[in-house]
Amino acid sequence: MEPYKKHESIAALMNRSNVDTDQIIPKQFLKKVERSGFGQHLFHDWRFNDDGSDNPEFELNKPAFKGAKILVAGDNFGCGSSREHAPWAIADYGFNTIISTSYADIFYNNCFKNGILAIKVDKSQLDKLMAEIADNEGVRFVVDLENQQVTTPGGNGFTFEIDPFRKGNLLSGLDDIGLTLKHVDKIEQYEQQHKKNYPWLWA
Amino acid sequence: MQALEYAMKKTMYEKIWDSHLVVDEAGQAPLLYVDRHLMHEVTSPQAFEGLRLSGRKVRNPHSILATMDHCVPTKNRNLPIADPIAKKQIETMAENCRVNGLKLYDMTDPNNGVIHVVVPEHGFVHPGMVVVCGDSHTATHGAFGALAFGIGTSEVEHVMATQTLPQKKSKTMQVIVNGALSKFASAKDIALAITGKIGTAGGTGYVIEYTGSAIRDLSMEGRMTLCNMAIEAGARAGLVAPDEKTYAYLKGREFAPSAQYWDQALAYWKSLPSDQGAVFDATVTLDAADIAPQVSWGTSPEQVVGVDGVVPAPESFSDEIKRQACENALAYMGLTPNTQITDIPIDYVFIGSCTNGRIEDFRVAAEMAKGTKVAKGVTAIAVPGSYHVKQQAEEEGLDKIFIDAGWEWREPGCSMCLAMNGDELTKGQRSASTSNRNFEGRQGKGGRTHLVSPAMAAAAAAAGHFVDIRKL
Repeated sequence: MEPYKKHESIAALMNRSNVDTDQIIPKQFLKKVERSGFGQHLFHDWRFNDDGSDNPEFELNKPAFKGAKILVAGDNFGCGSSREHAPWAIADYGFNTIISTSYADIFYNNCFKNGILAIKVDKSQLDKLMAEIADNEGVRFVVDLENQQVTTPGGNGFTFEIDPFRKGNLLSGLDDIGLTLKHVDKIEQYEQQHKKNYPWLWA
Repeated sequence: MQALEYAMKKTMYEKIWDSHLVVDEAGQAPLLYVDRHLMHEVTSPQAFEGLRLSGRKVRNPHSILATMDHCVPTKNRNLPIADPIAKKQIETMAENCRVNGLKLYDMTDPNNGVIHVVVPEHGFVHPGMVVVCGDSHTATHGAFGALAFGIGTSEVEHVMATQTLPQKKSKTMQVIVNGALSKFASAKDIALAITGKIGTAGGTGYVIEYTGSAIRDLSMEGRMTLCNMAIEAGARAGLVAPDEKTYAYLKGREFAPSAQYWDQALAYWKSLPSDQGAVFDATVTLDAADIAPQVSWGTSPEQVVGVDGVVPAPESFSDEIKRQACENALAYMGLTPNTQITDIPIDYVFIGSCTNGRIEDFRVAAEMAKGTKVAKGVTAIAVPGSYHVKQQAEEEGLDKIFIDAGWEWREPGCSMCLAMNGDELTKGQRSASTSNRNFEGRQGKGGRTHLVSPAMAAAAAAAGHFVDIRKL
C-alpha cells in the first residue's frame, strides 16, 4: 500500500445519499480474479449511456472534476455489500479521499485497507463543502492526514477525527497482516486455551 | 456492591467479544479470534493471490468452508459456463481450495448451494462463535447466537493468514419484537419493517440483538431470514439468543459437537444469552401484531410499506434527504405517488436467495401457488438455496406444485438476488423478489425490484400484481 501523503487536489461533488456498492461497482464486474482494473467500471450504470458513451448528466463526467482525488458525497456512503471491489474501483479511478457524514461499516473498513482516507464530518460542515464545490467546480482542497486537517480556498477548512491505528497504517502504508503477525505468539497461546475451553470446535 | 454487579452484567455480544479477544492493547485495534471462515468465489480470489504473493499460508484450513454460488448457472448445469470470466472465477476457486486443502462444495457437489444456506445445513456454525465471510449477508448466522459478520477481501486474506481480525467494538442495539405475528406475516416482514423503521443506516456501528416473544416464536429458518437482513439496517451483525430450538436444530448435523462433547457445548451455549439487566446502547420496539406483509416501493430496503398501503409522495417526507431519495426512487421505479401497492403490476417473480431460499420458504410459497397459474406475461422462478433444499422440496412434491402452476424449478444458487449468473431482469421489468436488496440495477440494469416474503411473491405470480394475502 502506498503511504498516504499530504496533497492538494480537485474535490468532486456527489450530492447523493445512500450511494450503495451496487452503484459504485455493478455486479457484472465482480467476476475478475485480480484486484486491478476496476476504475474503468466505477459507477458504470450511472456513468455510461446504454451505447457505452459517457452520460453527461453524471456528476463525475463533468470536465471540472477530471483528475479529482477527493470525493465529497452524501450520507451513508458505500451501503450494501461487502465487495472490496468498491474501494478498489474508487482507488483505481484515482480517488484517495472521501468526505461524507457517514459510511456503511464494511465499506469504511475496506477503504483503509486500500489507502483511501474516509473522513467523517458533521452535516453542516458537509453542506458548506458541497456549497463551495457547487459554486466553484474544480476547486482544490488540501488534505493533511498527519495534522488531521482539510483546508479549502473558500475558508471551509476543518480538522477531523480518525482512529490512531488507521491513521498510522495509512501514513506508513503498512500491511495489516504483518502487524498482526507480530502477535503470533499470543495467537498461539489463545488457540491452546481455546482448544481446552471448546474442544468440540477442534474435534 | 450493587453498582459492581450491575457493571458485570453483559450482553451476548459482549460475552462473545470478550471470549475472543486475543490482543487488547492501547494504541492498536483489538484483535479478535475467528472460529469459522466461510467463502465463495467472488470475494476470495484476490485474497488467495495476496497470500501467495506474500508467501503466507492458511493458518487453520479446518476453519474454512467454501462453496460456489454467486456465478453458477441455475439451469443446464451440465454444460460449461458460457461466460468466460465467470468460468475462470469458478476454476480459480476450485484451484485455490485444492492447493490450500480447504473443504469446498463445488458446483456439482450434492452439498452445493448458497453459502448462508449450506453452512447451517451442516451445523458448521454454533452459538458463541465468531464467524466471518467476504459477504455482507454473513449476518445470517447470528440466528444461532454466533457473532457473524461480513468482511472485505483484504480481511479475508488477513483471517486466512492469522485466524484473527483487528476489530473495533460495536455498540449494542436491542430490537424487541413482542406479540404474535399474523399468520400472513413472516420473518421477512419483520426484517423489512425494522429496516423501514430505523433506516438503512439506523444500525450503523451497532450489533443488533433481536429479542421478544415474536422472535422466540420464529423457527431457526425464520431467525436466519431476520438476521440475514441485519446488514440492510446497517448493523454489523444480528444476534438471536440460542434456545431449545437452536440446540434441536444443531443436534446430529455433520459439524455439530459430537456426543462426546455435546453436554459440554450445551452448557457453554446456555451461558451465552444476555444477562438480565444487561444494558444496551439503544433499544427499538415493534409490536408483531402491527406488522402487515411488507412490500418495498423504492430503491433502498428502508423504502417499504404494508401491502395495504400506497406508494408515498415525496412531499410526505419532512426530511429533505428522504424526500429527494423518494423522488429519485419513484423515477427509477416508474411509480406514481398514492398508487395502491396492490395495483402495481409485475413481470417477474423470484423466490430464493440466502434470505428466503430454505425449505420453509418453499413450503409457504407452494401452499400459495397450489392450484394457481402464473399470470399471463409473468415469468416466475423458484431457485432453491441448496441441493438439499431442492431434494427435500422434491420429496415433498413441491416442485410439481410450482411446475404445474407454470413456474420454473431451478438448480440452486444466488441467481437473481444479484444477477451475476445471467438470471436477470431486462430494463424496465418489475419483479416481486424474496431477496434482500432493491438497489438500482441489482437484478439487472434498469430492473425494478420489490422485496417481499415468499407468500407475497407466490400470490403476486398468480395475480400479476401484488395481493393482500390476508384477504385471499
